[in-house]
Amino acid sequence: MVSLALEKVSARYGHRQILSDASTPEIEGGALTALLGANAAGKSTLFRRIAGQLPGAGAVRLSDANETDLRYMPQDTAMSAALTVYESIILALKQGGGGWRLSASELASVDDVLHHFGLGDLADRQLPELSGGQRQAVGIAQTLVTRPKVVLMDEPTSALDLYRQYEVLDALQNYARETGAVMVLALHDLNQVMRACTTVMALAEGRILATGLTLEVLTPDLIARLYGIDSRVERCSRGCPVMIVDGPARPAVR
Amino acid sequence: MAAVTTDTPTHAVRYRGLVARRIVILTGLALLLVLSLAVDVSLGPARYPLWDVMRTIFAPSSSDIQMRVVIWEIRMPMALLAITVGASLSLAGAQMQTILANPLASPFTLGLSAAASFGAALAMVLGVALFPAAVALMVPINAFAMAMAASLLIFGLSTLRGVTVETIVLLGIALVFSFNAALALLQYFASEQALSAVVFWTMGSLTKATWAKVAVTAGILLICTPLFARRAWALTAIRLGETRAAAMGVPVKRLRLEALFLVSLLAAVPVSFVGTIGFIGIVGPHVARLLLGEDQRFFLPGAMLCGAVILSATSVLSKAILPGAVLPIGIITALVGVPFFAALILTKGRKSW
Repeated sequence: MVSLALEKVSARYGHRQILSDASTPEIEGGALTALLGANAAGKSTLFRRIAGQLPGAGAVRLSDANETDLRYMPQDTAMSAALTVYESIILALKQGGGGWRLSASELASVDDVLHHFGLGDLADRQLPELSGGQRQAVGIAQTLVTRPKVVLMDEPTSALDLYRQYEVLDALQNYARETGAVMVLALHDLNQVMRACTTVMALAEGRILATGLTLEVLTPDLIARLYGIDSRVERCSRGCPVMIVDGPARPAVR
Repeated sequence: MAAVTTDTPTHAVRYRGLVARRIVILTGLALLLVLSLAVDVSLGPARYPLWDVMRTIFAPSSSDIQMRVVIWEIRMPMALLAITVGASLSLAGAQMQTILANPLASPFTLGLSAAASFGAALAMVLGVALFPAAVALMVPINAFAMAMAASLLIFGLSTLRGVTVETIVLLGIALVFSFNAALALLQYFASEQALSAVVFWTMGSLTKATWAKVAVTAGILLICTPLFARRAWALTAIRLGETRAAAMGVPVKRLRLEALFLVSLLAAVPVSFVGTIGFIGIVGPHVARLLLGEDQRFFLPGAMLCGAVILSATSVLSKAILPGAVLPIGIITALVGVPFFAALILTKGRKSW
């Protein structure tokens, strides 16, 4: 079973300490984990630290996987290159090594990931012609084409419409189930989180406040501490938990 | 079950078609280059029939000595130097644009040409040899030393913390203005004879071509091209943005430094031999990008071929416009290149840059 755990992980940019002593219990693969936190809470820094792009104290423990099985999808989706969608995914596939030639199985895996994320129609389009949401979907395909066992995605659904959000989160859930991969997604829509993510990690001011099962961890108290928002989690008429925002939190709680 | 076979890789088939088209385009460019080379060698102030020129190339012993000297010692080095210089400047521009993520980056806009002109003028106006050991070659050696110094300055500054690609490009433009001002100052104090030498040098010309210069420029291309080719996937990935490339496992900083170093060599040497030929470093890569996209497996040879074809064709034009005279090639590249380039961008421009 693939799993990921953090032990007192820290990171800094220049003099600024962004992350301090971030620790989590083992996060197991096979389902989605949401990374929650306000803007500038350190989510991207945590991802980059786990992905090995930033130095710092502490340890990132992977079991049943090593660093080459890890893929990180950054938030920025600026793509001005004269490449087709298909080429850009080949590119992600070939970074692991290998020569100029493309094997039939490599091409098949590109076709496969395009199919899974509903990108077939875009295969021959040039990257600069894509809309923001389409770029984001292409970014997800680039990240998953190598079949990584540990996946970190920074706001993978922020530019998608409602239908595409649903579709993409569904496809990511399927990917996690099929491959047993650990998948940590930074997300802002808490209702999407409750629907799609089994586990939640909550980050505020560079510290991890809580890690655990979504419905246990995601309490009004935690949400007030994370976002400064008063909220309720109630059952809808079909029994699903839904979060309702009431307004800014009372000063006492902040 | 004859219904749906979703595992047929239809996109892969279309992609193979795209690859085949690109190979056809590259082959076409190579043929165009051979054609341009043949025309280039057959043209010149002395009018020889094409048949005689070909005979002198393929069976030199059957021609008279004067013709052999004209073809083998004058026209062939010039024609081949057009090709190696065009390929080098275009490749240098292509990789500068790639690693600096800027469509305007080229040996010219980053100040290498201006630095080389200043170095050459130092030799021609003041007689200053930056390397006193080689006074006979002081013009090209000074030019090379200044161009290398300029690119190493850019290279060094780019390793500093917090220096972004935009900063590097702005710094290059600052270098252009500084060296141009220094050059103008030298020209102000120059003797009439030295002044005309400087002006002629800065126009860019292939007329001083020798086999040695062809060999040196070709040698540098032979060293640099495989080094770029080995990093083709990583260089292409840099164009997806620094963070994304890094997330794919590309060592962005190291790759950028390596490439900047190779690009410095590729640009400084040709510029010190032929003077300012400004346009190839921008036009060559852009034409290649429009024809072939930015997958470096095609873009790399494509940029070299485009640069070589453009400069070789320009060399033909520089002899054909005024029969009996060879116009400075730097002037022709700009005069012919600019309208052609503008037309290309406006008619075929995609949204990429």
